[in-house]
Amino acid sequence: MKRLIFILSLALGLGVGAVRADVAPEVLKGLASEDFDAKQGAVAALAEVGDADTARLLKALSDDAVAVAGDKLVIVAGDQVLDAANGKLLKPAPASPDSISLNNSLRQQVDGALAALRLLSTDKAERLAAAKALLADMGDGAALLPLFDKALKQEQDGEIKPILVQLQAQASLASPDAAARLQAVQTLGQSSSPAVKALLLPLIEKQGDTFAEPDEKVRLAAQTAIKAIDGRLVWSDMAGQVFTGLSLGSILLLAALGLAITYGVMGVINMAHGELLMVGAYSAYAMQALFRSRFPDFVDYYVVAAVPVAFFVAAAVGMLMERTVIRHLYGRPLETLLATWGLSLVLIQAARLLFGAQNVEVANPAWMSGGVQLAENLSLPWNRLVIVAFSGFVLLVVWLLMNKTRLGMFVRAVTQNRPMAGCVGVPTARIDTLAFGIGSGIAGLGGVALSQIANVGPDMGQGYIVDSFMVVVLGGVGQLAGAVWAALGLGVVTKFLEGWAGAVIAKILVLVFIIIFIQKRPQGLFALKGRFVD
Amino acid sequence: MQNRRSFLKAAVISASIAAMGGIASSAYAADTIKVGILHSLSGTMAISETALKETALMTIEEINAKGGVLGKKLEPVVVDPASDWPKFAEKARQLLSQDKVAVTFGCWTSVSRKSVLPVYKELNGLLFYPVQYEGEELEKNVFYTGAAPNQQAIPAVEYLMSKEGGSAKRFVLLGTDYVYPRTTNKILRAFLKSKGVAESDIMEEYTPFGHSDYQTIIAKIKKFAGEGKKTAVISTINGDSNVPFYKELGNAGLKAKDVPVVAFSVGEEELRGVDAKPLVGHLAAWNYFMSVKNPDNDKFIKMYRDWAKKAKLPKADTVVTNDPMEATYVGIHMWAQAVEKAKSTDTDKVIAAMGGQTFKAPSGFTLKMDETNHHLHKPVFIGEIKADGQFNVVWKTKGPIRAQPWSPYIPGNESKQKL
Repeated sequence: MKRLIFILSLALGLGVGAVRADVAPEVLKGLASEDFDAKQGAVAALAEVGDADTARLLKALSDDAVAVAGDKLVIVAGDQVLDAANGKLLKPAPASPDSISLNNSLRQQVDGALAALRLLSTDKAERLAAAKALLADMGDGAALLPLFDKALKQEQDGEIKPILVQLQAQASLASPDAAARLQAVQTLGQSSSPAVKALLLPLIEKQGDTFAEPDEKVRLAAQTAIKAIDGRLVWSDMAGQVFTGLSLGSILLLAALGLAITYGVMGVINMAHGELLMVGAYSAYAMQALFRSRFPDFVDYYVVAAVPVAFFVAAAVGMLMERTVIRHLYGRPLETLLATWGLSLVLIQAARLLFGAQNVEVANPAWMSGGVQLAENLSLPWNRLVIVAFSGFVLLVVWLLMNKTRLGMFVRAVTQNRPMAGCVGVPTARIDTLAFGIGSGIAGLGGVALSQIANVGPDMGQGYIVDSFMVVVLGGVGQLAGAVWAALGLGVVTKFLEGWAGAVIAKILVLVFIIIFIQKRPQGLFALKGRFVD
Repeated sequence: MQNRRSFLKAAVISASIAAMGGIASSAYAADTIKVGILHSLSGTMAISETALKETALMTIEEINAKGGVLGKKLEPVVVDPASDWPKFAEKARQLLSQDKVAVTFGCWTSVSRKSVLPVYKELNGLLFYPVQYEGEELEKNVFYTGAAPNQQAIPAVEYLMSKEGGSAKRFVLLGTDYVYPRTTNKILRAFLKSKGVAESDIMEEYTPFGHSDYQTIIAKIKKFAGEGKKTAVISTINGDSNVPFYKELGNAGLKAKDVPVVAFSVGEEELRGVDAKPLVGHLAAWNYFMSVKNPDNDKFIKMYRDWAKKAKLPKADTVVTNDPMEATYVGIHMWAQAVEKAKSTDTDKVIAAMGGQTFKAPSGFTLKMDETNHHLHKPVFIGEIKADGQFNVVWKTKGPIRAQPWSPYIPGNESKQKL
């Protein structure tokens, strides 16, 4: 393939291949073949020609739009079917074309050939995309060196030029001239990409007694370059680890915040808390289904609509639970535990009946898919960034609610001294219901967040109940601030342990740590001061 | 005291009911042949195993419609071990000694199979196990209709190492922490070493059951892949965890053409719960894909779709078929053929008649039960995930290959090839 692209670049350099007849029939036959080598050869032959017809065919191959219809190769574009050989519309469209599919290596070959064709395009955006694509999956690309030299000579754009310089340096690594190699290594030393490091590593590798790279100067330069790249990578690695910790922490916080109110403040051991998360997640699923069927244009915003819906649905379920069951069990923790555990089973079974036992698909909306690239080896996924921000927002709302509103004041009053609050006219029974509803609603919000990163199924809540209690107990019962610090701390510590010892050991270590911590400091990180003891 | 007395009373009542049930069922045993179905219908494994129960019921109905076996109708006995491993053994014992089933089709996880083995050995029962597994086992009372490692794992790794599969040189072995992934990875590690892959080019990672935060692992894979040479990931992650793993993979921008992931426990059914678009190009190795085109498969898919509608399964219009379902289907038919040949449902006679049975399977090949090793000869397919959650077959063996339940890559196995 490399040699053929080399020929292609020469052909481009000489300006050959402007007008051509149809794509050769044997190439089309190769594409339709079942045999890998035949397909690869056909793609390489297409890349070699490089005129408008083959470029369109390559593009269609990359989009999985090429199909076999009878003995003809066609391009399927929506309702229209084009002849692959010359791009003419076929009428009538052939029945049931059988689509041709590429495997990974062929797809890479097609994309590489397309990018190489576009590197000399007149459209700036197209050139930039081509250069980036080549950087991403070219390998050493030694065969493309003449093309890069030519492109670099023509290129004026400040954004594309550095990429071309890097591409040229990468391609020159295999040059027979030691001085060219040395210069290439020095250029690449400026990069901070792990891919470049991967290219430099073989240079300092020993093969038997001799080094792969014969020239000592180049070897030394490569060593310096690798060290420089490593130095830059360490920081972004560290930043990445802290972020993953914060992300896990924010999820723990969202799962536990509702519990911090119902258990922490009201003292109800709610084993059905996980199922309230599940209710929230299913609300997100229901909104997605509603948007898909009713408002397909706004389907990307179903998550936004799911936030209030999940809050109110979960709050309603929570208030119903409180009114019918939990209310009669205040002050009897063991019975509460059993009753809420029963409720959790009821909710799980209800979800099974309504939505089926299988997990349901909740897709990330387009604006929450993918990630933002901060450094070559550090890309933060949008869905996690959004969840970190969302947990901050929920925290703020809860804090305002508990500390700045009349309802919050009533809740605090009732939890601190119920008879006295009743005496001064606080409707304690209604406050209990409302507080429980708020806690449940926040769990529903957590469920919406979870639906974006984890499985949505009837049993999903079970996995979070232990973690939620862990956060609340570690943070100190009755304290929102404690829950925040405990969640973020647990998140970051877990992630660092995972990186060091693996997920299984990390989980064990965290549990051991919590057991010891609770023994030494039963009141948690932050204890309530004063005489109030439940 | 009150509690204990009522418990005793309940125990006596239930025991007598069970005994009456036993008597009643043996009175009818002459008209039908009882067939046990031992799959979890609740709990974590219900997601995968429910479809196998449905397939078994469908196949039994198909056989009954054609007149049954030995002129008798098959009567399914469905029990639910609820994803609880000890309960599998309990329910197996109930099937064998109370319901007196002639054969059982069941189990998914290796740990559930290990749990029922002693029961089948003790009571001389017959179990058909329909799921790919780690090998290192060969029992007289069990027929394995899923793949052994050389019918799935080894060909998949060979494909990754080939030019066609991207010539991978470094491997990440990623799995859930239990017997199947651990054993498979032990075999793969030995295999990779025999192919000259250095110890430093293999990374092994395990996560607990139900793990849902794959950020650290993806970051590690990225780092590992960044140290030169083409890297591939071999995933033996089981169950639900696959969804968050693949989501994270898509969001982290790890594309299949850079670092392909080949999975051994991800099929059409598992992908129903995922948005497959970011996963296009990642791989799975199986002995059957729903997308395989041949008349037998068309028939099989249509039969299951009709069954789903008739049985009113949830989302009946989107049901899919997968490899373990095909293995269940093949297993039941082969058992029926063996019973016809043996003219008896007696365990030992059926075992003797099973060897050499053939069946034209939906995979498009005629599968044969090996004469000696209780495993099927199966073809191997490698598929790439498509945007609609189906697989595009990119490589397959020319024909069915014989299973090697005792992997030749594990020392000391040379003498263990037969029963």
